[in-house]
Amino acid sequence: MKKCIVTVLGKDTVGIVAKVCTYLAENGINILDISQTIIQGYFNMMVIADITGLEKDFTLVCDEMAKLGEEIGVRIHCQREEIFEKMHRL
Amino acid sequence: MINMYEVSETNKMIESENLDVRTITLGISLLDCIDSDLKELNRKIYEKITVTARDLVRTGQDIEKEFGIPIVNKRISVTPIALVGAAACRRPEDFVEIAKTLDQAAETVGVNFIGGYSALVSKAMTKSDENLIRSIPQALAVTERICSSVNVGSTKTGINMDAVRLCGEIVKETAEATKERDSLGCAKLVVFCNAPDDNPFMAGAFLGVTEADAVINVGVSGPGVVKKALEKVRGKGFEELCETIKKTAFKVTRVGQLVAGEASERLGVPFGIVDLSLAPTPDVGDSVAEILEEIGLERVGAPGTTAALALLNDQVKKGGVMASSYVGGLSGAFIPVSEDQGMIDAVQAGSLSLEKLEAMTCVCSVGLDMIAIPGKTSASTIAGIIADEMAIGMINQKTTAVRLIPVIGKDVGDTAQFGGLLGYAPIIPVNEFGCETFINRKGRIPAPIHSFKN
Repeated sequence: MKKCIVTVLGKDTVGIVAKVCTYLAENGINILDISQTIIQGYFNMMVIADITGLEKDFTLVCDEMAKLGEEIGVRIHCQREEIFEKMHRL
Repeated sequence: MINMYEVSETNKMIESENLDVRTITLGISLLDCIDSDLKELNRKIYEKITVTARDLVRTGQDIEKEFGIPIVNKRISVTPIALVGAAACRRPEDFVEIAKTLDQAAETVGVNFIGGYSALVSKAMTKSDENLIRSIPQALAVTERICSSVNVGSTKTGINMDAVRLCGEIVKETAEATKERDSLGCAKLVVFCNAPDDNPFMAGAFLGVTEADAVINVGVSGPGVVKKALEKVRGKGFEELCETIKKTAFKVTRVGQLVAGEASERLGVPFGIVDLSLAPTPDVGDSVAEILEEIGLERVGAPGTTAALALLNDQVKKGGVMASSYVGGLSGAFIPVSEDQGMIDAVQAGSLSLEKLEAMTCVCSVGLDMIAIPGKTSASTIAGIIADEMAIGMINQKTTAVRLIPVIGKDVGDTAQFGGLLGYAPIIPVNEFGCETFINRKGRIPAPIHSFKN
């Protein structure tokens, strides 16, 4: 399974989760795990998702997610899971 | 599964602590391009480089985006040109033609530097080696992307003092040839002892003859990450200090290993090595000097500097070695002056001298690196400084290098501007007593004895 990690960081507002999840669903990306907290009014979310069925080029998804973030007014990063896995797991 | 804390730790390293992969360097062997006709040789070189490295930059950019990790440089290293051009080049000017071809090929594939305009002369020089060395000033003056290196000594062969003397003159001539740009040509010329075959870092990168037809070598970085990690262990003992450096180096190197593996797979080129290096840039928070100051020095250059650097260098290797399947290159902490804001500040504050820098090179990865000296410094004095540094490498069985920039028209108190990753540097004073009689002796210093270590 190929996985990616989406992180969302920014000022809390209505519909962040909905918009991010809609984008993922529309692109056939299956969510495996979501964790989310609000720290001092700041929205912090991490999504682990399965990109095995993704038809688009993954670099395009990274660009589109970043753009979606700009529209909502938060920062969205979409990265392949391996960078975290390699760094934090033996 | 990965948790939120781990994800945010990695992203914080990338966003605010300057974690990056410093370079993906594609080594390309040019041995199969050798031809006795110079035109034909140039054609083959251009074709081989532009075909082999066609996808290098785009692949690097894709990896950057997918993993969210900056890859600062995509570069190329080639077989030492003194070997490749030996059959075709009769004069130094012929080698300059190859330099122009390499420069064009680098521009075509979009890399900012191409290394390997080099000669390996640790014992003696062939006519071709000498011609290449003599062509360096002009080659660096008429090209943008060429990096040049000369290996003048090794633990096995001793030091070729004829080459050292010649290199002193060549450094001076290169400075003159590029004097309009603060003698920038010298920033792309390195003199080595025990040069490694698989170094991905410029300006000393070349692909040794023991290597494959093409190979991916990766250089990691991350002084900012180590500095931040050490802020958390202020006042703690050496055990905790060293453990923290090791763990951080491990994490940084794992990223390099990942990127190296991906690049190798996508380009269909075998993975060579990861170079475990703390490579600074002139950016604030990306400095090896700041790490040493975090360890406890008021300024780099103060007593204790050599010990702190030795400790840092060793822990970086210990942490990094386990994180990568193959380690090579220069692997250690780099201490270039102009490319490290903390080093620049230390020189300006009067804390760091050329002599202390020389002592520091005994325990860390490279040598006297990116140091601006007065333009009036004589060729024999430069050769003397090179000989000292080569002796350190030869005796201690390590790589050492010299990249000095005698800035024509400038003296102590002035500053040289090189721009970009090369940074800027205050001119550092040089001992003004001469060594001409020593340097003018012909021949070589014999290889050292490998017993009776003291």
